[in-house]
Order: sequence, then structure tokens, then C-alpha cells
Amino acid sequence: MSLDVDGLTVVIGGRTVVDGVSFSVGDGDRFGIVGSSGSGKSVTALAIMGLLPDGAVVSGSIRYDGRELTRLGERERAGTRGRSIGMVFQEPRTALNPIRTVGRQIAEPLRIHEGLTRADAWSRARELAARVALPEPDLLLRRYPHQLSGGQRQRVCIAMALAARPRILIADEPTTALDVTVQAEILSLFQRLTRESGTSLVFITHDLAVLRTVAEHAMVLDDGRMVEEATVERLLTEPAAPASVALLAAARATAWKRSFDGGAR
Amino acid sequence: MEAIFRRGRPVSAPLLEASGLAREYSLPRDALFRRRDVTRALAPTDLIVRDGEALGIVGESGSGKSTLVRLLLGLDTPSAGRVLFRGHEVTGVRGRRLNWLRRETGVVFQDPYASLDPRMTVGRIVAEPLVGLRIGGDHAGLVADVLVKVGLDPDMTTRYPHEFSGGQRQRIALARAIVHGPRLLVGDEPLSALDVTVRAQILELLRGLRDTLGLTLVIVSHDIGVVHDLCTSIAVMKDGEIVERGATTEVLSHPAHDYTRRLLAAVPSLD
Repeated sequence: MSLDVDGLTVVIGGRTVVDGVSFSVGDGDRFGIVGSSGSGKSVTALAIMGLLPDGAVVSGSIRYDGRELTRLGERERAGTRGRSIGMVFQEPRTALNPIRTVGRQIAEPLRIHEGLTRADAWSRARELAARVALPEPDLLLRRYPHQLSGGQRQRVCIAMALAARPRILIADEPTTALDVTVQAEILSLFQRLTRESGTSLVFITHDLAVLRTVAEHAMVLDDGRMVEEATVERLLTEPAAPASVALLAAARATAWKRSFDGGAR
Repeated sequence: MEAIFRRGRPVSAPLLEASGLAREYSLPRDALFRRRDVTRALAPTDLIVRDGEALGIVGESGSGKSTLVRLLLGLDTPSAGRVLFRGHEVTGVRGRRLNWLRRETGVVFQDPYASLDPRMTVGRIVAEPLVGLRIGGDHAGLVADVLVKVGLDPDMTTRYPHEFSGGQRQRIALARAIVHGPRLLVGDEPLSALDVTVRAQILELLRGLRDTLGLTLVIVSHDIGVVHDLCTSIAVMKDGEIVERGATTEVLSHPAHDYTRRLLAAVPSLD
């Protein structure tokens, strides 16, 4: 499996939002996309998913396992979504349908993509809930999104994204809306899931400290352009592009360095 | 807290003093004749904030941070307990009779896209406390002065919020919060909605205002980095209670409560 993006350019309403971005993600890679807001991170992800708004003009190439995704029709594209590439969004509250139980929302893509029966889909939903460490799955799967906490909702979204066994998981700021203790749990969940199943991860964030915990390699976007690609270690120690330097300086300005051993954990 | 009381009367009252402050909300009924369940947003809490202090309130969502701040500002009525601002009663006073408190306080909220009226010019937005609190004087002059203080061009008063970036909007919100010369500035997650690079700039601005205007700060934040940088003391909240309170350096380097240790251990680090 590989995802190869080459010269990706996205124009929305006459404005070039992503400008000639190229990168590759191979089997089991954990790749980060970093940048400040408006740098084109999310649009890059949506372009890969084929979820851009109407009127967005995409050029360049997005190949998944050698297959050109940009030339697929919407029907075929929908077939790759979820099955080849799954996605987790920032705000788990708006990513879920408020009037359906979360169990149904996890089971639904299984019935569509894999033609499972209702009962089989439900038991797979239970397995997935266990994999993402959703507590008391029998109880929580029958609940509606508003009855869950933010962290539980994000676990449900991750279970949904994993339901059709995608080879690549794209996560767009998946912990930004969460409390710091919950964030730590979700980040370690991402680490565990990618290690266990060999799923590749594309992780979008503006937070270099978060990036460090989940990705090995990353690119920095600035105003739609890729300005640097390097190992995360290098971005944190010797950033080269001005935008990377500015990101690190801003992160350092508001960072707090733990000076005790961290206690019970 | 010693040597403040002489013959039972406060010599100089602290800026803000809450005692036994609590807030409960009753939940909707499950059934017609069943008693309403009550959820406790804030357990009976004592808190003193002194002049010149910069207090950071940290804790996870739902821990009661915003409830506490709303009660301290007289924006909500407690189920029990009282709040004194410089020895004057806040609790139970409402509407215009609380204007004296509004003059002494300013508030900045999390989202500068939601907190500014899109139909008002910047000049009107920033002047609103002066008008609402019936403060006399040269409003245009005061607005121009405060815009300079927050690092904005004083000529932008005729423009509208949508013409500004998130960081500039938060500067406008800050200008509105301090235009009437309050003693206490309260921020409810004032940096959380901002981009990383902008966050550092606004943090710098807040620090500058704290020092040059001698403001007392109460900052609600889940960002330990912000609290570490800006605040002299910390209150850690969990499930509607303050579980730990102390000087910032002390709490961050020697957290006493188990929850504080877990919270600090969860902060991702750059190194």
C-alpha cells in the first residue's frame, strides 16, 4: 500500500488554497502535516478523501496503490472512502449524527461496505468499541452522541473510521477539542492502533508537542505550500524553513516543561 | 491569611472573597411526580484573590471552572454562599445595582468570532462599557488610547469585526474589557480559540497589560503553559471542587493532589 500525492493544487473560489503539495505515505508510516490555521492542512486531507466542497478545482495527482483517485467518479470514490482511507475529524460532536445511536453509526458502514447482516454488523461494532477502549460497550453503543463525553465521542469516531479496515487513517486535529488528560489517552490509542494493525497514519495538527507523540516524519505547510519535509525530531531541533522556525518558536513561547517525574503514570 | 483581621474586622478586604460558594442545577424530571434530580456544578468553595495576584483556574471540562468565574462576577446566582468584592456584597445584587462591580471588572471570552457583534463598528464595540456603565468623559479619546494599548491602529474604529483576523479580534475584545479601567480582568479560555503563533502574541500582550496597568487576573485555562507563563497562583478544579491551590511554581513542580499530578503528566512536551 502507498499513498502518493504529487503536485496537489486546490483552488476554491479563485483562491489557491493548496499549492503544488507532494508527499508519500507508505505501509505503517506515521506522517504528520503541520502548519498554522489557514495553511491548507485540512483542505489537503479533504482532497485526498474526495470531500471538498462543490466548486473546488483540484489538479495534480493523488494515487492510492497506483490508482489515480482524482479521475474516479463519485461512485467509485465513495467505494474507496472508509475502505481504503478512513478519516477522523476535529470535533466529535459535529462528526456524529445526533439522532442515531452511536452503535448504529458504527455498524452502518459495515452493512454498506461489507454487506454484513444487522446482527453481524452489531457484533463487529462491539469488537471495534472494545478496540478503541470505549468503556461498557453494551451500554454506550445504545446511547446517542449527546449522552457521551467528548473523549467517548472521539473514540466512537475512531471506531467508525476503522470499521471498514482502512489501510490509511487520516486524523485532522482529532484531540484539539479535548481536555489534556483525554488527549493523552486518545494519542496513545492512535499509537496502539497503528502499531497493532499496521494501518498508516496521516496526522494533522498545529501542535508540535502533540505531533511528536504520534508521527515520525512530517511536512510543514505555509500558505498552501509545502515549505519543509523532515523527521519530527529534526523539525523540533533544527527547523529550516522560516514557517517551521516560527511554529517552533510559538510552541516554545507557550510551552511548559514538566520538572517532576509525572507521578502515578 | 494571618494578620488581616483586627478586632474581628478586616483591615483591608481582599479584592475578591468567596465563602461557601456553591451552585446546583436541577435536572429535568424523569417522570411527572418524581422529584427533580440535582447536579452539583460547584461544591461549597472558599476562595480569596488578592490585589495584584494572577490566578489561573485549571481543570477538565465540566469541572466547574466557568461556573465559579460566573458566580465571582455576579453573572449567576449561587445556591449557597456569598461573594465579596473589596468587602462589598456581590451575591443577591442584580442589574444596574451591580454597575459598581462592572466598573471594577472586565471579561474576555474564548471565541472572538462569537463575542463581537458583527453589526457594530470597532469603535462602538470598544466604547460599549463606557456607554452601558454611564461613564462620562471623552469616549473617542479613551477608545483610541485603549486600542493603542492592545497594539491596534486607533484609526480602525469605523471598521467591522469581519475585517479582522482572529488575533486582532481578540485584541478588540481585550480593548473592550479594559477600556473602563477595571481592577480585575477575567479571561475564560482567552487563548484557546487562537492559532499557535497568535496565541504567543496575545499571551505577551496579556502579560504586558498585567504589568503596566497593575491588573489583577483570573484566567480560566486548560493550557498549563499559559497558566505557567501568566499566573502567580493556581487553583486546580475537579468535579466541582478546588482540589489544590497554591503558588504556580510550587504546584507545578510539587503537585500534591493526585489529579494535579495526572493532569500535569498528560501535558505533551516538546522535549
